[in-house]
This record gives sequence, C-alpha cells and structure tokens, in this order.
Amino acid sequence: MNAHTALPQSDSSPLCQTTLAVPGMRCSACIAKIESGLTAIEGIAAARVNLSAKRVAISHDRKLDDLDLTEALQRLGFEAQAVEGLPMRGSSQDRELLKALAVAGFGMMNIMLLSVGVWSGADGATREAFHWLSALIALPVIAYAGRPFFVSALQAVRRGTSNMDVPISIGVLLATGLSLHETLVGGEHAYFDGATMLLFFLLAGRALDAEMRNRTRAGVGALLGRMGRHASVLRPDGSTERMAADTLVPGMVMLVAAGEALAADGTIEEGASAIDNSMLTGESTPVQVGIGERVHAGAINMLAPLRVRITAAAQDTAIAEIAHLMEEAGQSRSRYVRIADRAARLYAPAVHTLAALAFVGWMIAGAGWHQSLVIAIAVLIITCPCAMGLAVPAAQVVASGALMKRGLLVKDGSALERLAEVDVAVFDKTGTLTLGEPQAELDAVPTRALPIALALAQASRHPLSRSIAKALAAQGIAPAKLEGVREVAGDGVFAMHASEAVALRRPQADAGQMAVELVIADECWPVRFDDPLRCDAAQAIDRLRSLGIESRILSGDRDAPLAKVADELGLQSLGNVSPQEKLAQLEQLKAAGAKPLMVGDGLNDGPALASAHASIAPGTASDASQQVADAVFIGERLMPVAHAVAVARRTMRVVRQNFGFAIAYNMLAIPLALAGVVTPLIAAIAMSLSSLIVIGNSLRLAWATK
Amino acid sequence: MNALFVLIPIALGLGAAGLAAFFWSMRDGQYDDMDGAAVRILIEDDNED
Repeated sequence: MNAHTALPQSDSSPLCQTTLAVPGMRCSACIAKIESGLTAIEGIAAARVNLSAKRVAISHDRKLDDLDLTEALQRLGFEAQAVEGLPMRGSSQDRELLKALAVAGFGMMNIMLLSVGVWSGADGATREAFHWLSALIALPVIAYAGRPFFVSALQAVRRGTSNMDVPISIGVLLATGLSLHETLVGGEHAYFDGATMLLFFLLAGRALDAEMRNRTRAGVGALLGRMGRHASVLRPDGSTERMAADTLVPGMVMLVAAGEALAADGTIEEGASAIDNSMLTGESTPVQVGIGERVHAGAINMLAPLRVRITAAAQDTAIAEIAHLMEEAGQSRSRYVRIADRAARLYAPAVHTLAALAFVGWMIAGAGWHQSLVIAIAVLIITCPCAMGLAVPAAQVVASGALMKRGLLVKDGSALERLAEVDVAVFDKTGTLTLGEPQAELDAVPTRALPIALALAQASRHPLSRSIAKALAAQGIAPAKLEGVREVAGDGVFAMHASEAVALRRPQADAGQMAVELVIADECWPVRFDDPLRCDAAQAIDRLRSLGIESRILSGDRDAPLAKVADELGLQSLGNVSPQEKLAQLEQLKAAGAKPLMVGDGLNDGPALASAHASIAPGTASDASQQVADAVFIGERLMPVAHAVAVARRTMRVVRQNFGFAIAYNMLAIPLALAGVVTPLIAAIAMSLSSLIVIGNSLRLAWATK
Repeated sequence: MNALFVLIPIALGLGAAGLAAFFWSMRDGQYDDMDGAAVRILIEDDNED
C-alpha cells in the first residue's frame, strides 16, 4: 500500500516521488492551481500534472506521506488517490508500437522512393543496386517493425490456434524471402516495398486500437483505494496506535473519527453517527447507526466518533469479497473473441489453401519450381489482410471519438463490439436512472426563513444539509447571522437567531428518511428531499426499445420507492437485491441466451457490471464500477446509454462493409495473382487503394454520428 | 547516374534524421500529456522568475 518510489540517483536523496490520481482536473486553471498550490507547501519540491492521464507526480520530502499529499490536494479542492504502480507515461507496449510504426514508415518511404525508380524503367546495374539498397533498408526494418506480429503469431501457433497475425507474418516473411532471392540472382521483381507498406498500414491499425484504449484509461483508481488505509487501534491499556489496514485482525477495537473511512468491517461498541455507505451500495443518503450495528470497510463516518470492534479485516471484508466476485465475473469477458480474429479464422485457411493450390496448379501446368513459387507468394502478398487489419480499428476509433464528444467514453474496441450485440438492458435505480443526489424541495418554507435555513445548513457536513445549502445558494440567498451554532449527531443543527431558537432537525414524526424540519421559535416547516429521475430517462428507455432492447430494473433499494420509479417508466423491477443476487440474475439472463447490457453505478453493481455482456456506468459511479464498466457516460442525461448502443451498431455495420470491401478487392486481385500477372507495382497500388477505401468508409461514421 | 550517389544518401540521411528526432521526442516524454500541453499555454504566469 505504498506508492513511493525512490528517485534513481541515490538512497541518500531526501526526496521521493509519489504519483496521485486526480480524476477531477479538467482545464489549464486546474493545472496551475495544483502545481502552484502544491509547490507552495513546505516539503514539496516539485509537482507536475499530466492532464491526459489525470495524474500528478510530486517529488517531496520523505516525511510527507500519501495521506498528507491527498489532504493537501483536498484543500486545493481536488479529490485525489494514491494508487499503486501508476506510471506517468503510457504503457511501454504502446510506445513500442509507435516506434515500430515510425520505423516502418521510414522504411516504406525510402524503399518506395527506390521502387519508383525501378518501375519507371531503371534496369541493369541501376536496378540491381536499387534492389540491394532496398534489401539493406528492408531487412532491419522488417525485423524491427514486424516483431509485434511475429510474436503474436508465434504464440497463437504454439497454442494451436490462429489469429490475424498468422497470415500476416507468413505473407511478410515469404515476400521478404522471395525478394531477397530475386535480389541475389538479379531478378526483375522485388517486393520489399510491398512488405514494408503492409507492415506500416497494419501497425497504423494497431496503434489506432491502442490509442483508443488509452484515451479512456485515464483517472480510474484501484478498487480498494477508497477503503481506509489506516485505523487508530485502541490498546487494552487505553493508548491508541495508528495501524495499516492489512495488519488489522478481528477482535481489535478501532476509533473512527468523523470524516474518516473505515478500514475494516465491524460492530459499533460505542457512539452513534451517520455513515455514508455510497461506496458499497451506491445509495447516497447516510444511514443512522448506533451501538451493536454492523458497519463495513469503505464506509465513511459522517458525524461523530465511533468505537468499532473489528469482525473482518483485509481480504475478508465485504468490499474485498465484492472485488473478488468482480474479478471472477470479468473472466468470461476476456474469453470474448474480437470480430477481426473471428474473421481471421475463416480467412487464413482460405488464403493459404488458395496459395498452395496456385503452386500445385502451376507446377502441373509445367511452369517450373521458381515461377510456381513466385506466383504462390504473389497470391499471399496480394491477399494479405491489409485492409482487414484497418477495417475494424479505423471504424472504432472514429466512432469512439464521436461518442466522446457526446459525453460517452468507450474503453476499447472490444467494448464497442459487445455493445452492438446487446439485446436486453438492466438498470440500477439510484444514481443510474436517478441522479443519486437528494434535492431539497423548499417550496413550503417562507422567504423570510430561507437565510436562516441556509446559515444552519452551512454549519453541517450532512449531505441533506449540503443539498439545502446548494439549492439556496443557487437562488442567490445570503445566510443570516447565527449565534451559538451546535450540531448534534443524528439530531440536527441548533442555534440562536435574534434571540429566537432556530434549528434544522430530524422530523419528530418519522415520515420516511428523506426529510428534515426547519424550526424558528415555535414555527416549523418540513423540507422534503427527492431523488429525481434523470430528465430524459423515459426517452432513453423508449429509444432503447426502438432498438429492440427491453429494459428492466434491478435495485438494492427498498420496494416502495422502486415501484414508483418502475411505474413511471413502465418497466419490470426487482428490489432488495444483493450484489450476489444481481450477479446471479445476470448469469441467468446469459444462460437463457440473452446478451444483457448492465447500467449501474454502485460497488454493489460491480460484479453484475463485470459479468454482463456489456456494461455502462455513469461518471458519478464508484471508481471500481467505472473501472470495470465498458463505457462511462458523463453528465445528467441518460440518453448517451441509448446513443452508445445505436452508434456501436452503426459502427459494426461499417466494419462489416469494410470487410465487404476487403473481400471484393480480393475477388478482383486474386485472379490476377493466380494468372501470374501481378507485379510489385500492381501490388503496391492495390494495397494502398484498398486501405484508403476502408479509411474513407470509416470516416463516414464521424458525420453519421453527429 | 552519379547524382544518385549523392542524392540517395541525402534522402536516406534526411529520413533517418526525422526518425531519430521522433525517437528522441518520444523518449523525452513529449507525447505523454497531449491534452496538458494544449492547455498549458493558457496558464497565466504571474510570478515571473
């Protein structure tokens, strides 16, 4: 649980480096605020923000730890998390891909330069020199830039399977071998340009795919990041000791201060408070707890100090259990085979059979070893899946870029493919169909009382108070002056205003949980709270229905409020569902042959999100849910969910068209290759033309999704 | 023909220089924070030093 890494120079260096994830930074003002704010703090030598990755690297004195740094950021107004093993840079694999792309580009252009000379009539010694020069450039370039394909193809062959990289590798290697032979014997045709061009286009496809994955990886923290990392443990002799979460054992007693996150599960021995369980359940309303009640790691103590006897710690906590469930549920998804690989399974054997047939055919026709081999290799080169390698990533990158502008971040290409296939949608209620924030209804309160209400609400950190304060501040009301303000945990805020007793308190008659009373002297007004549906929830559900997707609700919430929402939207619903039951429901749907889309926000939705065929989480969801979901939508509208499915389907339509183009191109080119009339010039033109057509077709998505 | 002995090395040299520049810029971390680089120019630097 430590994100420190020593600077490389020496151990005696007094500085160490910590990287924190700060999901909330958005603009240049944030960068300036964080960098200047942090460096102004004593002990921090330098801070550097990476906006794309939503991270800040801080080099600081050893006496500051993660907690000090996150608190410093909190004071600057940013929520931060120390996450283990977060590098500031993109993954090294992606960097290798970009380097390979650059090398292939360099090789392709220079060899093309020489090839143009050969095509336009250079012969004799000049042609031979050009071929030698091409070989000299091509061999190291192919060895370097082709590695991603060779490695992946080798792995597939060892496992006894096939993927797109197998025909690519065979094609490239054979083309290179043949060209080398031609160069040695002073032959007429060398395909070095074709081989490097092929690698260049295919690497471009790979790089696009990787770029798409990176774009949305930013800012998601680790699952257990929210769980308290430390706890103050009460010793039998009455002293307290600060202990790391993973050293806690059941039976210990911990003191939890107000505002602190619990580091283990336990039962309350002393004290009464309200705890925010939103991490676990996604429900934002704090729950009142008292002596003897169970509390869970990850919950935040909102009001008063608590003394908690630990019943489960570290890997046995409820939250760790959910993390484990999520991990298992996510495994079925990793077995999903991408469309390009499915195509390759049909494509590779067909092409290889064709090349073999060409060789045998020409041998029978009496063409001799050399010519038959040249023709067979020409077939392989011309059919090498250049356009196919681009067909999928080009369309997906364009689509995800368009979706991003509309507030939906799709994690990767596989997510887009799975989104296109869903046929039933399962929604969580709170925070997904609704906004998940209680909104105060202050209509019943007279205008003269509003400044007092605001002043009282500002004195408390209770979410209901904060909601009142937010609503009133938005109306432009100035707070009244109060004296003797005091907050009583679980009861309310009490004060004096111009010699009248005023209070914002729990209603005397318990009329549901979501209400408070404003009291001035002997007058009293109720303030109710509502968690409204997202403004376009009904339209989004209708849109999904028009796409042939029926929706239903699975919620951990009680039945009564759930039934109201379900009636309003005209949906089937099931309440009081535990995370395990949600997962079971999803598995049941899948077993019945459906491909469910799960939309949810809480950690309790996590296993279901991981298990569903595809999943979407709102931007306000718990980190774990955002991390496991295929896509995240931002903002108050639900429409991006329906939009995502529509765009995903349109994308797959374009992908299939692209495959169609690639196949049609092969239909034209293969007869030429079989007839033995393909020259390197024809191969180069055909290859770039088919790639351009595929890219052009994919770009149409950018307009279509506007 | 003789011109080729001059021109081809020049062409290759220019290409290699471009490639080297790209590798350097990547190792230097210039592509690590594309969004940040775009907005950093808008930061008003009031403490001149």
